[in-house]
Amino acid sequence: MEKVEKEPLLSAKNRKLLTNPLGIDNPITVQVLGICSALAVTVKMKPAIVMAISVTVVVALSNLIIALMRKSIPGRIRIIVQLVVIATLVIIVDQFLKAFAFDVSKQLSVFVGLIITNCIIMGRLEAFAMANKPWPSFLDGIGNGAGYGLILIIVSFFREFLGSGSIFGYPVMEKLGVYKFGYEDNGMMILPPMALITVGLIIWFQRARNKSLIENK
Amino acid sequence: MENLVNIFVKSIFIDNMIFAYFLGMCSYLAVSKTVKTSMGLGIAVTFVLLITVPVNFLLEQYVLKKGALVWLDESFATLDLSFLSFIMFIAVIASIVQLVEMVIEKSSPALYNSLGIFLPLIAVNCAILGASLFMQEREYENIAEATVFGLGSGIGWLLAIVALAAIREKMRYSNVPAPLRGLGITFILTGLMGIAFMSFLGITL
Repeated sequence: MEKVEKEPLLSAKNRKLLTNPLGIDNPITVQVLGICSALAVTVKMKPAIVMAISVTVVVALSNLIIALMRKSIPGRIRIIVQLVVIATLVIIVDQFLKAFAFDVSKQLSVFVGLIITNCIIMGRLEAFAMANKPWPSFLDGIGNGAGYGLILIIVSFFREFLGSGSIFGYPVMEKLGVYKFGYEDNGMMILPPMALITVGLIIWFQRARNKSLIENK
Repeated sequence: MENLVNIFVKSIFIDNMIFAYFLGMCSYLAVSKTVKTSMGLGIAVTFVLLITVPVNFLLEQYVLKKGALVWLDESFATLDLSFLSFIMFIAVIASIVQLVEMVIEKSSPALYNSLGIFLPLIAVNCAILGASLFMQEREYENIAEATVFGLGSGIGWLLAIVALAAIREKMRYSNVPAPLRGLGITFILTGLMGIAFMSFLGITL
């Protein structure tokens, strides 16, 4: 994020597009978009990071392309047009992963394909790219991809650390020698439901610190 | 026959779309405020799954798979179009959703009104595309298996959303800590339901 900030194109308003989704406008914890894939790929950190990068690429480029075409898309068929643009980008990402990171692509299995129906992408296209210029749309895409990635990395860090006793595949717990004192990995963290509970706790933490996000009902 | 029952039960309980794969989570969390609307959405999702999975199965078998086009000409035996499957599947889903919408609008306006905005949104529900992709990955053998898998996944999804909606209706009377209210507690609820559903894992069929 830091290196692009020197460009004159980044006014204060554009910087907000990048930073808001990281915190108070996070796609997962606040906008409730893109949950499906966020939970399924967070058992280990490596697939989570690959997924985060793939989603960022797709959301940024599709935002850019749709923003370029926004005046010529007829309203009634816009969903089909958006899906075609997204699906094309996802096919490129999928083929790229298969070629250069085959084992990760196997671990992610259908979830690479499911980027097509990831609500973050459709949501940002509908809410932002259809009504804004290409450059802000591109930044909005990067920002939302990064916000999504941030949650993915936090969740996968806790799940891998507590569940498998390692960080990024490096066996931290074993090197520290805590197993000798009777420590055991919490196998529960590897199971899918714990991803939901971890995200729930992140939401709790975020809202406890930022009262304006609390839902009152 | 036994095999079909096996796939059916497995896709409802053990490989439940929500609790095992988190598919269709966005609408699951957004629409599960009342039992009535979640029932409507659940039925619509089941219906669309029941149609799209077999259609995509045929597409996979006769167009996309490696050597699938031999029925056209022998020279296509080495042609592999499977990289096109995402775009083909999503096109099929989007057009079937559009078709279902038109049929329901003409034949049953009452159901159409109760489903409202959810119907077009099903096109971008991950559970639908996910089911097609799982169908492709697990290599079901014939169209009956694919159909049963589609139906079972839909019913599993319906079950999950109705159960969550029922719990959320009751939650209104409980005193949840303010920062957890709404989204946070829903996540934790779904997680706990998922743990309960995991007890089905022990069943071998």
